[in-house]
Amino acid sequence: MQFGIFSVGDVTTDPTTGVTPSERERIKAMVTIALKAEEVGLDVFATGEHHNPPFVPSSPTTMLGYIAARTERLILSTATTLITTNDPVKIAEDFAMLQHLADGRVDLMMGRGNTGPVYPWFGQDIRQGIPLAIENYALLHELWRNDVVDWEGRFRTPLQGFTSTPRPLDGVPPFVWHGSIRSPEIAEQAAYYGDGFFANHIFWPASHFQRLISLYRERFAHYGHGTPEQAYVGLGGQVFMRKNSQDAVNEFRPYFDNAPVYGHGPSLEDFTEQTPLTVGSPQQVIDRTLTFREHFGDYQRQLFLMDHAGLPLKTVLEQLDLLGEIVPVLRREFAARRAPGVAEAPTHELLVASAHEKVTA
Amino acid sequence: MKLVVVSAGLTQPSSTRLLADRLAASVAARTDVSTRVVELRELAVDIANHMVTGFPSPALGEALAAVEEADGLIAATPIFTASYSGLFKSFFDLVGFDALTGKPVLLAATGGTARHSLALEHALRPMFAYLHAVVVPTAVYAASADWADGELAGRIDRAAGELSDLMLRTPVPHKEEELVPFGEQLAALRKKP
Repeated sequence: MQFGIFSVGDVTTDPTTGVTPSERERIKAMVTIALKAEEVGLDVFATGEHHNPPFVPSSPTTMLGYIAARTERLILSTATTLITTNDPVKIAEDFAMLQHLADGRVDLMMGRGNTGPVYPWFGQDIRQGIPLAIENYALLHELWRNDVVDWEGRFRTPLQGFTSTPRPLDGVPPFVWHGSIRSPEIAEQAAYYGDGFFANHIFWPASHFQRLISLYRERFAHYGHGTPEQAYVGLGGQVFMRKNSQDAVNEFRPYFDNAPVYGHGPSLEDFTEQTPLTVGSPQQVIDRTLTFREHFGDYQRQLFLMDHAGLPLKTVLEQLDLLGEIVPVLRREFAARRAPGVAEAPTHELLVASAHEKVTA
Repeated sequence: MKLVVVSAGLTQPSSTRLLADRLAASVAARTDVSTRVVELRELAVDIANHMVTGFPSPALGEALAAVEEADGLIAATPIFTASYSGLFKSFFDLVGFDALTGKPVLLAATGGTARHSLALEHALRPMFAYLHAVVVPTAVYAASADWADGELAGRIDRAAGELSDLMLRTPVPHKEEELVPFGEQLAALRKKP
C-alpha cells in the first residue's frame, strides 16, 4: 500500500498571524514539502492543477520535473490533471517526458475540474464536462498505446498519422487514477479501462463514497480486469497531529474555522465526526485511518492533505515528521488486515512486469 | 403512501406548523398515509452548514431523503418580506435536482394579515413550477384573523381533498439510477452531433 500527500497549492493567509506567503514562497514551500515527504518515508507526492488565484500550481509537470531531479524514490503524481480543459496530446507528451526524466516514478489522476470559468478560458464548456472527460481520455489512452494514431472526435482537431513523443518509458504508460466526487460515469470510465479510482472523500461522509466505490469495483470485475477486490482504490485523508490530542485541537482550530473550503460553517467537532478529518494524537490518526478499509475495502493508496488553510511551512514539516512516524505502523496494520488476492499498489516496475507477462503468455 | 410535511415556522408553537398539521390531518382523514413532519427550525444550522460544506448532517440528510421519497408533500412557510422565508427557500435549494418532478404538492402559508396572501401564488407557486412539482389548485393562506373563521376549515378540506385525489391518481415514479455502460457513452460521442 502506498502512502503520500496531495497539495491543492492554495495561497492562504495564516489566520493566526495574518501572514500571506508570496507565490514564490508557496511554490518553493510545495517543493520543500515534497522533498520532506521522501525524507520521512512517504511514497507519493501529488500536486493539484489550477488556473486561477489563489492557487499556484498551473504547470504540474514543471514542478514535478524539478522535484524528480531532487528525489530518488518518491512517486510523482497529480490531484488532479484536468482532462477536460488540457489538450490530451499535451498531457500524453508532458507526462511521458516526465516519466523518462523520473525513471518511471510517475502516475497521474484525472479530474474534470469544477470551476466553471476555467472551461471557456481553454475554449471549452463545463456543460460538456463528462463528454470531454470521456473523449479526451479515450484519445490520451490511445496516444500512449499506439505509435501512430489516426483520430477524429468532437472536441479536438483531427489527427492523421500522429505520433506522440516521447513514447512512454519501457512502452508502459503511466498508471492513471480517475478522481470523482459524485459522477458514476467516471467510476464507470475507470472500471472500463481497468484504471484506478480515487475518492477524495475528505469533505464528505463515508456513506457518500461507498456507492461510487462499490460501483467502480463491481464494474471493474464486469469488464474482466479481475475481481472487485482487485480493483485499484485510492482515498484522501486530512489530519493534524500533536503528541497530546488537545494541543492538536487547540492549534488547528483557528485554521479550521477560517479554512477556505469549510470555514465559518460546522464546528471542528461536528466536521471530524462527519468526515475523515482527524485532529488529535498520532494514535488517533492511526485508528481512524484504519477504519477507512472497513468502509471501502482494502485499498492501494492513501493520500493526506497536510498543507492548506494557511498552515505555515514549519508546521507542515512538523506534521510530515509525525506522519513519517505513523506510516510504518499503518503499513504494518493494513498489511495484517489485508485480504488475500488484493492488488498491489501500482508502480512502473509492476506495470512493466505485467506487460512482459502478457507478451510472453 | 408517504406524506411529508415541511414546516418553516420559527416560533414555538408556530401558526405555520398548526396550519400544516391541520392540512395533514385532513389528508390523513381521506387517504391512508403515514405522515412525517420536517421542522426546518430544528435544522436551521444544519441547512447553513450544508451550504458551506456541500454535504448534509445526518439529520438533514434524512429529512431531504424523506422529501425526495414522499408520495405527497405539504410545504408551509410564513410569509416574510413579500415571499417565502429564507429558511424555507434554503431547504428547497438543497433538495436534489429533479427530486420533486411529478410530485403532488400542497402549498400553505401564514402571515399577520391577509394582505400577504397572494405571495403563495406569486412566489411559492412559480418556485414549485420550476421544480416540476404538480401543485394542487388550492393553496391555503392563514392570517391571524382567519384562525377564528370557519372558512379556513373549508379551504383546508378543499386543498387536502385535492392533494389526496392527486396522490391517489398520480403515483410518484420512484426512479432507479441508471448507469449508461461505457461503450455506449463512447459510441454516443463518436456519432456526429
